[in-house]
Amino acid sequence: MELVLAIGIGTLAASGVWLILRPRTFQVIIGLSLLSYAVNLFIVAMGRVRSGAPVLIAKEAGDPARYADPLPQALVLTAIVISFATTALFLVVLLASRGLARTDHVDGQEPEA
Amino acid sequence: MSGASGLVIGPILLPLLAGAGMLLLNGERHRWIVAGLNVGATFALVGIAAILLEISDTGTRDVYRLGNWPAPFGIVLVLDRLSALMLLLTNILALASIVYSLARWHRAGAHFHSLFQFLLMGLNGAFLTGDLFNLFVFFELLLAASYGLLLHGSGLARVKAGLHYIVVNLAASLLFLIGVSLIYGVTGTLNMADLAARVPAVAAESRGLLEAGAGVLAVAFLLKAGMWPLNFWLPTAYAAASPPVASIFAILTKVGVYIVLRLSLLLFGESAGASAGFGREFLLFAGLATILFGAVGTLASQDTARLGGFSVLISSGTVLAATGMGQVGVTSGALFYLVSSTLGIGAFFLLVELIERGREPGADMIAVTREAYGEEVETDEAEADVGIAIVATMAWLGVAFIGCALVIAGLPPLSGFIAKFALLAAALHPTDQPGGAIPGSGWALLAVLILSGFATLVAMARAGIRIFWASPDRTVPRVRVIEMAPIIFLLFICAAQTVWAGPVIRFMQAAAHSLHAPAGYISDVLDNGPSSRQAEGK
Repeated sequence: MELVLAIGIGTLAASGVWLILRPRTFQVIIGLSLLSYAVNLFIVAMGRVRSGAPVLIAKEAGDPARYADPLPQALVLTAIVISFATTALFLVVLLASRGLARTDHVDGQEPEA
Repeated sequence: MSGASGLVIGPILLPLLAGAGMLLLNGERHRWIVAGLNVGATFALVGIAAILLEISDTGTRDVYRLGNWPAPFGIVLVLDRLSALMLLLTNILALASIVYSLARWHRAGAHFHSLFQFLLMGLNGAFLTGDLFNLFVFFELLLAASYGLLLHGSGLARVKAGLHYIVVNLAASLLFLIGVSLIYGVTGTLNMADLAARVPAVAAESRGLLEAGAGVLAVAFLLKAGMWPLNFWLPTAYAAASPPVASIFAILTKVGVYIVLRLSLLLFGESAGASAGFGREFLLFAGLATILFGAVGTLASQDTARLGGFSVLISSGTVLAATGMGQVGVTSGALFYLVSSTLGIGAFFLLVELIERGREPGADMIAVTREAYGEEVETDEAEADVGIAIVATMAWLGVAFIGCALVIAGLPPLSGFIAKFALLAAALHPTDQPGGAIPGSGWALLAVLILSGFATLVAMARAGIRIFWASPDRTVPRVRVIEMAPIIFLLFICAAQTVWAGPVIRFMQAAAHSLHAPAGYISDVLDNGPSSRQAEGK
């Protein structure tokens, strides 16, 4: 479980970083999305990987070790919402840049060959 | 808790309500109502910030617990001298740029006033919050608003700069999240005070992970602070922004600086056990490198707005390097410097447009902007109702330019000089060294600061000669009172900071002392007081 998660996060982050460094705006936005997936998984992983453990602590709680940590899950929800919103905003700027500069290069102009 | 604790949330709630209210009133007919609301709300914020500053100066920390949840579990807002100071600085700068924008810039795009209030909400929240994840939320809020404001006025140059600015900041936000979650994974808390209490007890095998988390977090803040080598986007973005926006952006870098200052002293102060002083040397050297980079940049910039952008870098670098010194006296000098340089740079960004107005390129840009936004170029009759043009324009502009140059370069008689003097005097009289030996870092800071001041002076003098003396065919720009007044207002505050330097320095010293003694902060935040204990008990 841990290994699969770690490999997944690593692959997503590596692809994201590679795409962010590419010269086309569409590649950059996909790279940012992949990176944010990697980060979201990473936040969940930081609350210790548990499978099948309930989140909420019942009234007679007993041993807290039997439950999953609810806080990272709350954090990841916030992070998802915020990264979704900022990615959407970036998409608008991307389209504006495409319209004004008539190219999808990140610098707004084609490099001189 | 004192009776004023309800006021602490005011700087967050007021801009939220004002900004949301303005969204409902959008449209041409309501423009002046919205503008009035914006100015009124910001004026009220300055008042609130002044009251909070006075409260904080009594030495009590006002801790506001949202929903009255006890401290490590709920989110807290903490008001101490440093956060109150930053609040006042932010809102004064905001007031100046809003008044300036009323002359023409607020008409160059939609929702300018709402975005401005949301930016203020994010800024005020980031300065007040005592919780790392809450800090992330406020950071995103101010960044989202700043993306909109940077693009305000549209045009190719802004979209190009905005694209880079947004990508860089989105990537930094992801680093922020990685750092926060690493720290949470090690310590199990996100409350800054609780975190500071737990750092000394972190097991040796987890310490590397904690420091890695803090390092990743610091990269995110330092990027926003404009530290070398993470700052190549900054001068371009600031030069492309419309003048009132660039002026308020002068405080955005200071948010990063503020967080680094607060967290490095809170989490890795003297009482942090094995991690004490973590990252301090790095901050010192990186800060010095930033100052040098900024100094070279000011000399190299042809464009006055870029000159302002590089001055921002020098200003951040100075405060970061001073933080790296880790001495109380240096920190208090750095706080004084932070205030005066931010005000000076804010005024400079406003002034740049006015002095460029008589020259062709600036006028071109505004015309292009209007065209891109689909707005007709307004006639002089339509603009005349905004305010009257001032007399002796060139004299006013020249005096304001000299004022800005003196503050930014740090020459007497204005506050920039006193700030640098206080900083260097403390760096050269270390209290923690036996026999008063001056450490190498003190000499390095002295040399770099003097050098950067000289570079700024040369660049400013060159720009001044080019603008005011060496352009015979320039036309005298039409400058309105409403555009000149904010600049004079900001410079007047710098002058006041010079005249009342004694009380101001005393305040900064008190702020620095409490920053360097985090035990008080920790106990104030974690002591939940009788009212919450009661609520919690039954």
